[in-house]
Amino acid sequence: MKVEPGTKRFLIGAIVFLALVYAMTRAVSNEYVFFALYVVLQFIVLATAWNILGGYAGYVNFGSGAFFAVGAYTGVALFKWVDAPVLVQVVAGATMSGLLGLAVGALSLRLRGIFFSIATVAIAIILETVVVNTPYLGGAKGLPILRPGAPPLFHSYLEFVFFLMAVIAVVAVFCARYVETSWIGRGLRAIRDNEGAAECSGVPTLKLKLFAATLSGALMGAAGAPFALYLSFIEPTSVFNLNYAVSALAMPIIGGMSHWIGPVIGAVLLGTVQQLVTVTISSELNVLVVGVLLVVFVVAAPDGILGLVAKLRRRRPPVRQEAPA
Amino acid sequence: MDLQLLFEATVSGVMLGCFYAAVSLGLSIAFGLLDVPHIAHPAFLVLGAFGAYLLGGYGLDPLVAGLLLMPVFFVFGLAVYQFYYATFERRGTDTGLRGLAFFFGVAFIVEIGLILAFGVDQRMVEAPYIGHSLELGEMRVPYRMLVAFGMALVLMGLLTAFLSRTFTGRAIKAVAQDEGALRLMGVDPVRVKRFAFGLATAVAAIAGALLIIVGPVDPGLGRIYIGRTFCVVVLAGLGSIPGTVVAGLILGVAESLVLTTAGAAWAPAVAFGILLAVLAVRPAGLFGR
Amino acid sequence: MSDALLRVDGVSKHFGGFTALSQVSVQIRRGERFGLIGPNGSGKTTLINCVSGAFFNDGGAIVFEGRDISRLPAYQRTRLGIARSFQIPRPFSSMSVLENLIVPLEYVVHRGSLHTADTRGEAMEILRGMGLADKALTQSNQLSQVELRKLELARAMAARPRLLISDEAMAGLSGAEVDEVLDILFKLNESGITIIMIEHIMHAVMRFSQRVMCLDAGRIICEGTPAETVANADVQRAYLGH
Repeated sequence: MKVEPGTKRFLIGAIVFLALVYAMTRAVSNEYVFFALYVVLQFIVLATAWNILGGYAGYVNFGSGAFFAVGAYTGVALFKWVDAPVLVQVVAGATMSGLLGLAVGALSLRLRGIFFSIATVAIAIILETVVVNTPYLGGAKGLPILRPGAPPLFHSYLEFVFFLMAVIAVVAVFCARYVETSWIGRGLRAIRDNEGAAECSGVPTLKLKLFAATLSGALMGAAGAPFALYLSFIEPTSVFNLNYAVSALAMPIIGGMSHWIGPVIGAVLLGTVQQLVTVTISSELNVLVVGVLLVVFVVAAPDGILGLVAKLRRRRPPVRQEAPA
Repeated sequence: MDLQLLFEATVSGVMLGCFYAAVSLGLSIAFGLLDVPHIAHPAFLVLGAFGAYLLGGYGLDPLVAGLLLMPVFFVFGLAVYQFYYATFERRGTDTGLRGLAFFFGVAFIVEIGLILAFGVDQRMVEAPYIGHSLELGEMRVPYRMLVAFGMALVLMGLLTAFLSRTFTGRAIKAVAQDEGALRLMGVDPVRVKRFAFGLATAVAAIAGALLIIVGPVDPGLGRIYIGRTFCVVVLAGLGSIPGTVVAGLILGVAESLVLTTAGAAWAPAVAFGILLAVLAVRPAGLFGR
Repeated sequence: MSDALLRVDGVSKHFGGFTALSQVSVQIRRGERFGLIGPNGSGKTTLINCVSGAFFNDGGAIVFEGRDISRLPAYQRTRLGIARSFQIPRPFSSMSVLENLIVPLEYVVHRGSLHTADTRGEAMEILRGMGLADKALTQSNQLSQVELRKLELARAMAARPRLLISDEAMAGLSGAEVDEVLDILFKLNESGITIIMIEHIMHAVMRFSQRVMCLDAGRIICEGTPAETVANADVQRAYLGH
């Protein structure tokens, strides 16, 4: 199978990244570092996943928390029911959230963009109500989850889950990159630029939108699945947290929506800022900062950091023509 | 189900429904007529409610507080629309996503701002009509619901009259249908839209006062009201102000029945459920233009 | 009958209480140059939208190459061979001119064979034919009006249609620009493409069309040669009396 040079470089970079992450798990013993970086990795997945539907196709998901939570609770349910290993939880979580994306999409992607967005808010609130009223999943009080012992090659289960999240992040970015540089990405961009014209140019707009919604949902579910094991606890307010909804949206907008590296930049920057603010000031203020940055960028720098960088180089924002790095 | 219970649920549903219609009026104007993706409308409602709470601390009746807040909110609405128009609509590029994200950000900032200022707990106001009920035979109807119901009817009546009888009101309805024709008549559509949005925000102020009369308010209520207000506006059909009443009644009764049968936890989900059903089956709503 | 590429059979379209089209029937022959005229609001664009699939007609049928396409979504009709340009140009504004054409090439022409297709080469060839080759790498939201109109036609052409619908491609253009676009359309027709042209610029429609149809208030009021249509009293009344 012919592999393009850009893809080869990406895969090499991914392997190097994962090797570094693994090396970190062996070298660093401070658990807090893993806690904090896990959150950043999680945001990379969420932001990347959001951007597949939001940045590439132009449909704004306000309920990312719901997709994340479905992944988390699917993991919890399987863990409680059959003691499923975490990899199974991730696949199952991705499947369930993918199906949710498909369902919400089938319901609302035929309509104008704002109705899809409202449908995502609806699904977030409805699902949170369902979970709160389901004792098997812990209801409002939540469930403690007992982490298994450390698997081979790792000091602790937490480090293993941390490495797993790094792998999921690589997979997510790989998917986003593939979609972006392929004919699928071009079709999505045509939909975003002018859906009517795209349809008349032979683009099966509904099918592509459903595909993007399903993939986006699935990746968010994958991000959520290991969450209970990471936290040793699960309860509705931490997974259905509005912060996920806002961050998943703010990070790609701030980083830049036109290229897969934008959400990664946004996630790393914003994720780090959030960790610092939460620890030093307060967690409400942290979330407020995200909201304010979102509005500032939407108004003043709609192409995000990538756009600002391109402008600084005195070029217009990149015009996509063929597969880049 | 017990017939008496059913009757009581329907009566409260009707009063609740008119209240829902009233709180959705601002959105009906902003989104239904002006096509602004105003997902922050419920946040403005909650802002109004907390404004009434704040003024209540000085001994002001919530309705009076709401009236006092109206001019403030009107000016605020003018400013918001002017900013929205200048930043997004005029440039016409990629407006869908950016405008939507903007209002989402605004709603979010309002919610967090309220949490920082007031905390996450519920707040209530006091008034002579809050806490007592009217006894009609075996039924007890809370006075606060009657007040909200009455005020809602007054509000809707005034707004409908304004839109059909005054020049500005008719201009607002016209700008939704044919901007070009309005321009040819020498009227600046942007000024009309800005006024309309200011009006919608002012209505949100008094509706917010009704909100805190009907029940306690916390900063997170905005998100639940996204469901209720958009449900009413979409079910009514975009652009139909009278339809808002019918849609509100449907929602109010449905929620009331669910509340009586399944409990309070499921009531907020009713609006979202109806909304999703309407979008799936008949997105134009009942009286859509 | 067998020569009819497109058959519009008693098509009606309503928007709420408003009837935009009422029992419109017409047959377009293969290779024909067909003009569609009528005052504003007469239903021309609605008819085109029903043919291309932007709307679904309420009554009657749209038959293309013997097949009833009335319920097919627009993208499938494009894949069957119907392409259209839009009255107000709708470029894919984040893409270059070249990439605008690659979209239909990938989604219509080369659906099964993307690995072997030279979409860039084909797109460049179409642009050369339209006189847009030097703008190939320009972002499409940087183009002038006439360039945008040409891009609309070029993108429709990239779908390799058998039927091309040009919706007021010349509105607002100067005399020389109108001639440019008209020449392109003549050339396309010579290569075998059936063309339906909606226009308000009368001399262009009359020069171009072999047959002309006039709509008014959703109904056909005249159909015939350009000379016949211009002389028709109803047509004159429709344009002047409104």
